Amino acid sequence: MDFIAILSIFVLACFVGYYVVWSVTPALHTPLMSVTNAISSVIVVGALIAGASTSGIAASWLGLLAVVLASINIFGGFAVTARMLAMFKRKDR
Amino acid sequence: MEKAGLPSWALVAYLIAGVLFILALRGLSRPTSSRSGNRFGMAGMAIAVLTTLLTQAPIPPGHWWPRPTSQDLVTLAKILGAIGLGAVIGLTIARRIQMTAMPQLVAAFHSLVGLAAVLVGWAAYLDPAVFGILDAPGTIDPLSRVEMGLGVAIGAITFSGSIIAFAKLNGNMSGAPILLPARHAINGLILLAIFFFIFGFWHSQSPIDFWLITGLAFLIGFLLIIPIGGADMPVVVSMLNSYSGWAAAAMGFTLHNTAMIITGALVGSSGAILSYIMCKAMNRSFVSVIAGGFGTENGSGGNGTKIERPWKRGSAEDAAFLLAEAEQVIIIPGYGMAVAQAQHVLREMADLLKAQGVRVKYAIHPVAGRMPGHMNVLLAEANVPYDEVFELEDIQGEFAQTDVAFIIGANDVVNPAAKTDRSSPIYGMPVFDVEKAKTVMFIKRSMSGVGYAGVDNEVFYMDQTMMLLADAKKMVEDIVKALQH
Repeated sequence: MDFIAILSIFVLACFVGYYVVWSVTPALHTPLMSVTNAISSVIVVGALIAGASTSGIAASWLGLLAVVLASINIFGGFAVTARMLAMFKRKDR
Repeated sequence: MEKAGLPSWALVAYLIAGVLFILALRGLSRPTSSRSGNRFGMAGMAIAVLTTLLTQAPIPPGHWWPRPTSQDLVTLAKILGAIGLGAVIGLTIARRIQMTAMPQLVAAFHSLVGLAAVLVGWAAYLDPAVFGILDAPGTIDPLSRVEMGLGVAIGAITFSGSIIAFAKLNGNMSGAPILLPARHAINGLILLAIFFFIFGFWHSQSPIDFWLITGLAFLIGFLLIIPIGGADMPVVVSMLNSYSGWAAAAMGFTLHNTAMIITGALVGSSGAILSYIMCKAMNRSFVSVIAGGFGTENGSGGNGTKIERPWKRGSAEDAAFLLAEAEQVIIIPGYGMAVAQAQHVLREMADLLKAQGVRVKYAIHPVAGRMPGHMNVLLAEANVPYDEVFELEDIQGEFAQTDVAFIIGANDVVNPAAKTDRSSPIYGMPVFDVEKAKTVMFIKRSMSGVGYAGVDNEVFYMDQTMMLLADAKKMVEDIVKALQH
């Protein structure tokens, strides 16, 4: 993909993000933060590529360390979000 | 140079992961759809990780599935070990963390994203071939150099800034602003230097420039956050949330990865919008928050010339009597309630009142907690139904028809000085119109302490105000006892 194609995706995604986030109810702003935190760990993709490197030893260890850090975030972030969301209950009728 | 041979199915899979992340945020528009939203997020992450793993082993011609060699399997085992280790740590933390500590946890998690971005940037610099960013042997594509430089810089700022935010929120470090002389000049120079070295790295791919970018970015992250006071931490946490997104996006540009770019844009805008909402709720400009220096840890009022004014003190029994007689009660909780761990007994009180036919609503100011939406989570944890909890603008009109405004652990968010006194430090901040309620009950430890902003509150001295001076939890427990008789 060339740079302009990637840039287009990025700019459009910023607009999507803008409208989607404004539609989030303020009551769920803390879960919003923890879930955005979890998904920003998609940086794990870069960490996995580095970790799977067979040509550079330093790069592969840096990658593996990054995989550990990102995984803490992924599992911790989604789990704590799920824990919070499970607490939001309606009135018993 | 194009990234060597990512199969089309992988490109589509990354796109699907990106779309699932959008749906994850979309789900949070309502509590009912939020849980499925979270599952969309998990599915997106699983797809992104599996796709990456599958595309790392060579795919022989004529096959569409990788044929791993034994060396690939060893690598895979290491990676799965790393994921497993992260999973154990992450899940343990998620299970044990207390809801009052969510702001620290989020700050800590941001620092991990930042550090991971830095490590990935370093790896890309040390072994550009695996990332497919080489122009010629030994020469990284110039555009990729800029993207890497930016990614590492933003990641490093996110990391060190979040460490400071964590230390301040967790109490390892005083919440008071630390003001260095000439800090604006120093910070400005360092930022300029970072851009200069990114330019240098773009120009000549010099290793010194690359390491200087990293080092200076770590430094500026510390320097940017230490002058910011505890009261402004909700803005800082949101801002760092945004940075962690931009760091992921920058690395996504380097890797030409749609999932990372979409996510980075989503998270970046999310954090930016939350910072904006928090600033607006405090009527502070983003620039003045970032410049720092506002708010001290305990905000003990500096006005020694305070005039003694009459105020009324009530007992738990008085309060219980009036509450039980009321038609509508609006509870305004602040962070002090969470500090006193009074939310559970508060909900018990509300249940008793509801059983007697009183309408009970909760009113939440955007800055009631230590991060956006924090108070809603604390109330939800105490089993308060979310349809009894209202935002400022939705309940503001109801105070005139309210018999009791019950203020617990809050202060600045009900201070009418924000509406009338131009000289007040909180002037212009949106506040609840509690003075329109028939009776105001104000739980406070003593008459001496004042709010975060360190200003006196007119509400203490109003005719219809009953001051309930005690520890919040103790007072509500006493009211509950009185209601049960």
